[in-house]
Formats: sequence, C-alpha cells, structure tokens
Amino acid sequence: MKILVGIKRVVDYSVRVQIKKDGSGIGTDGVKMSINPFDEIALEEALRIREAGTAAEIVAVSVGPTDCQQQLRTALAMGADRAILVESTTLLQPLMIARVLHELTKHETPDLVMLGKQAIDDDSNQTGQMLAALWDRPQATFASRIGLQGTVATVTREVDAGLETIEVDLPAVFTTDLRLNTPRFVKMPDIMKARTKPLQILKLEALGLQAAPMLESVKYAPPPQRAGGSKVADVPALVAALKQRGVL
Amino acid sequence: MNRILVIAEHDGELLNPATARAVSCALAIGGEIDIAVFAQQASAVAASAAKLKGIKRVLKVERPENAQPLAAILAPQIAKLAKDYTHVLAPSTTFGKDLLPRAAALAGVQQVSDVMKVMDAVTFERPIYAGNAIVTVKAPDKPCVMATVRTASWQACEAGGPAEITAANTDAALPSHTRFVELKAEKSERPDLQSAPRVVSGGRGVGSKENFAVIYKLADKLGAAVGASRAAVDAGYVANDLQVGQTGKIIAPDLYVAVGISGAIQHLTGIKDARTIVAINKDPDAPIFQVADIGLVGDLFQILPELEKELDKT
Ligand SMILES: Cc1cc2nc3c(=O)[nH]c(=O)nc-3n(C[C@H](O)[C@H](O)[C@H](O)COP(=O)(O)OP(=O)(O)OC[C@H]3O[C@@H](n4cnc5c(N)ncnc54)[C@H](O)[C@@H]3O)c2cc1C
Ligand SMILES: Nc1ncnc2c1ncn2[C@@H]1O[C@H](COP(=O)(O)O)[C@@H](O)[C@H]1O
Repeated sequence: MKILVGIKRVVDYSVRVQIKKDGSGIGTDGVKMSINPFDEIALEEALRIREAGTAAEIVAVSVGPTDCQQQLRTALAMGADRAILVESTTLLQPLMIARVLHELTKHETPDLVMLGKQAIDDDSNQTGQMLAALWDRPQATFASRIGLQGTVATVTREVDAGLETIEVDLPAVFTTDLRLNTPRFVKMPDIMKARTKPLQILKLEALGLQAAPMLESVKYAPPPQRAGGSKVADVPALVAALKQRGVL
Repeated sequence: MNRILVIAEHDGELLNPATARAVSCALAIGGEIDIAVFAQQASAVAASAAKLKGIKRVLKVERPENAQPLAAILAPQIAKLAKDYTHVLAPSTTFGKDLLPRAAALAGVQQVSDVMKVMDAVTFERPIYAGNAIVTVKAPDKPCVMATVRTASWQACEAGGPAEITAANTDAALPSHTRFVELKAEKSERPDLQSAPRVVSGGRGVGSKENFAVIYKLADKLGAAVGASRAAVDAGYVANDLQVGQTGKIIAPDLYVAVGISGAIQHLTGIKDARTIVAINKDPDAPIFQVADIGLVGDLFQILPELEKELDKT
C-alpha cells in the first residue's frame, strides 16, 4: 500500500500573526514556520500504518515555494520514504492545490491520501474534500480513528453531534482531526538520515494544469478587539457585575 | 437577480438551527432564496424550513441514498442543482464543511469558507489564522458563488412563509464507495452547545472527569450548555463534541463562563463573539483575563460552590 501525505508549510501555531500596516497581507518575514499541525498527525498515522505492516511506502507532498523543502525534510526525518515538492511561487488556493494533488494521484496511484482537516493559516478546510471530488473517490474527513481491512477502511469522524463511523472503499482521501494520534518527535540521527532521502522537485507549470478560479484577497484587517481585562474581587462582586450587564 | 440555494442541515426529523443562520446570510446577500432538503423522506424537515423568513421555495430532494448526510452522495446532486443558482450556501458546521467543498470542486468553484459578513453579492469577510486576521475576499461570480456561513456571526432568521414546497430531483449518478455505519451521539438533556444562550466551559484546571461534576452543577444552575477546552477533551474529561475553539465549535452565547481555562488563541477564537465572558482561574496572568469582561482570580473548587450559593440568593 502506498500513502501520499500532504505537508503544508504554515506559520507556527504559537506565533501571533501581524497584519501588514497597509492591509495588504500577513507579515511572515522572519516568522517561525512549521508543518501544519494536522499534517503532522496525518504523517504520524501513515507511519503507524506502515509500522503495522500494512503500508509499504509513504510519500510526503508539498505545494509551494522552495522553502517548503524544510518542512519536507522534517517529514522525511519523521519517517516518510521520499518527498515531492511541487514548486509554485504564487500563493495557491484549495481548488488548485486539489488539482495538483489529483494530478499526482495519476502518477503515484496511492491507496490513501492523508491530509489535515484544515491548514491553520487559511483555515479553509477544503482541500481533502475537493481532491476526493476530482479523483471521484471516497472522503473521510475529521478522522479520529482509522481501521484498515484490505481494500476497505472503517473511519470514525468527529462531527458536531458526536462520533460518526463510515466505511469506504480504497483508494480514498482521509483528513485528520486532533485526536487521531500524537505525532512523534524527530530525533537527531533521523534528521541526518533524512538528508539523503529522495526529494523530487516538480515545477507547477510542468504539470500542465488549468489554473483554477481564485478568490481575490482585497484587504486584511485585525479582528475587532474585545474590551476585556477587568477583574472583580470576590463572588458577590461577580454576581453583581453579571446583573449589571443584564446577563442574569 | 441573485438566486440563492441554502442547503438544509437536519437529522432526518428536525431542522438544525444552523440552517436559519445560513438563511440570514442569504438574506444579507439578497435575492430569491430556496432551501434544499436532502433526505429519504423530507416532508417534516421541509415543513420547518418553509417557515423561515424570505424563502421562495423549499426543494425536497428525496432518494433512499439521501437517508444519511454523506458528502460523496449529496455533493454530485448539489453540483447539478447549482446550475440554476448564483449562490449556494451551507452552514459552517461539520456537515457543511464536509459537504460543500466536494460540491464546489465538482462545479469548478473556489469556495469561500466561514462567511462572517457580506459586503456585496460576491465580497465577503472571513477569518483566517484562528481568527487573528479578517480577510475580505472577492469571489468570481461564474459559474456561481459557493460559501459556508460562520454560524456564530449570524443570528437565526425570523419566522416567515410558509414557502412553497416542491419535489426536486437530479439525475446525478451516485457512488456506492461510501457507506454510513453509525452515529454515536452523546445523549444529553442539557441545552445544545452551539445554540445555547449560556455556556459554562471547563479546562485542564478542572483536573479530572469526576471533578467535571462542578462544571455540570454550575451549568444546571444557570440553565447553560457545557463546553470544554481541547486539553480537557484530550484528557478524557468530556466527549469531543464539547470542544470549543478553532478546531472545535465556534459559539456566540450571551454568557460564556471559562473555568480553569488558560485562554490559548485557539480557544479564544471559538468564543470571541460571546456577549459577556467570565473567567475563573487561579493564575492572575492567564491570557483568558485579557478578553474576559469579568475576571475572578482564585481556586475554582472554592469559587464554584460559593457562586452557586450566591446565585440561589438571586
Ligand atoms: C492546531 C491546534 C488546534 C487547537 N484547537 C483548539 C481548540 O479548538 N480548542 C481549544 O480549547 N484548544 C485548542 N488547541 C489547544 C490550545 O493551544 C491549548 O493547548 C488548550 O486550549 C489549553 O487548554 P486549557 O486552557 O484547558 O489548559 P491549560 O493551558 O493547561 O490551562 C489550564 C488553566 O487552568 C488553571 N487552573 C488550574 N487549576 C486551577 C484551579 N484549581 N482553579 C482555577 N484555575 C485553575 C491554570 O491556571 C491554567 O490557566 C489547539 C492547538 C493546536 C496546536
Ligand atoms: N500547499 C499545500 N501543500 C501540501 N498540502 C496542502 C497544501 N495546502 C493544503 N494542503 C493539505 O490540505 C489540508 C487542508 O488545507 P485547507 O483546505 O487549506 O484548510 C492541509 O492540512 C494539507 O494536508
């Protein structure tokens, strides 16, 4: 079994992002960049499937600028067998990313594509569903448990009402939720080993894809600030303050 | 003129209140609004949907395959229906997030996720970076606009109608590669987290599953729903469907009480639209106090029983 894992390079989750003064975008110069946390979970799950003897090969895929190689090297250090960077200098949106991944499925013919449920920069939560649509294959989004039996998978999904279980035929696209697993830490020797693992670079243009329609980002602004920060001394004062605000 | 299709969310019997919020967004866009109810038998849900304000028609899309809300089954049908519309909207719940991107890809549309505000028929505000920035995006109007609606940003629309109810069907070919097995819903007599006007949430500071009883007690006293931080869910204190935040539920109650929650940005993004935030935490420097309208520093195990007594007096 072959598993393709999406690795998106994003601003680290611990960074409080700054909006450029002119509202033209988010300042990312000198900011710590990481693998999207959900993609680490996707990769961890793929590694566990391989360790259970079910998967043979794990391919980490990133679409974006040259710098994405850093995150792909980290993915290789975690244990992916090889990596593919589809290099693009322009910022792409989920439909185009899905088209790129769909194109790769034609060459790589994976049994599983594992993505995160959402990228923590654009918070779109679209790419996996779009890839599944274009590929005409099942999707199991927000996965918190995955069981594989031959060419069928049973997946438990975190939905608003609780836990939903579905059964899908492979190949399929899974997107990960937080509680699927806890990703392993990368060890020093693995980082050394990762340097010699294959990392293939493809130019987006070379894939010959039709450009997807895009949203135009007109303006970036900070969210409205809450005027919080006031404290009360004790419980009676708390209740009084609640009454004063008319919430009791 | 805009022709807007809103996808109804329901459980086979009841219309989910998130639908009425999505309709409010449709009203803000303006135009002729239809609601589609995908079900095996849609009549009961369609009747509720027909009573929402400003609806022209409710489409019952009935097929045995539509018994469960599987994206792989519904998306091809939505992509076909979309040909007659300028806009297709769904609530930004796990239902809408799972479904609409699949339909959008089939229709060749780049979806807009989590619409907070409508500027004009194709221009919207949406949150990115866990709500730490708001981006205004302009969507291409061809072939159509598809968007999920951030439910916490919209009130449920008023009652109206009744709208005309008609049967609609598409000849979309449906796959058999995806099968529903079961839904394990946490049964609770408590108010629903996503629509309750009051919510009491507990975090890691509550310390254990047993200790969470103090949160339930306060919630019952206030008639509130119960929520939790990710740390509390991960530690097994409560079920996953109670998680509030960037990757859990985004809520906008009148009153939110955060107990033993530090206030990480991923949590705060889920409660930003609450009218009043109360924080109870023993660490005076916890970031939750920066957003709380009323903060009280102290041990939750002392404060909560005292608070209940004080509430009894009122
Ligand atoms: C990709 C990603 C997505 C995430 N999504 C979410 C999300 O959707 N929702 C979410 O909540 N988190 C989310 N998180 C996690 C988030 O970053 C925090 O780790 C989490 O919110 C912390 O939960 P907490 O406040 O309960 O725990 P802690 O940060 O450990 O805080 C516990 C608090 O309890 C207080 N306390 C302890 N004992 C007492 C006592 N006896 N009395 C009073 N106070 C006490 C402490 O002072 C402390 O402030 C996400 C993280 C990542 C990386
Ligand atoms: N540029 C990218 N490169 C690789 N994977 C991506 C990229 N963009 C999105 N993905 C995958 O799609 C998931 C969902 O992203 P999004 O739809 O943008 O929220 C991510 O968690 C990744 O697994």
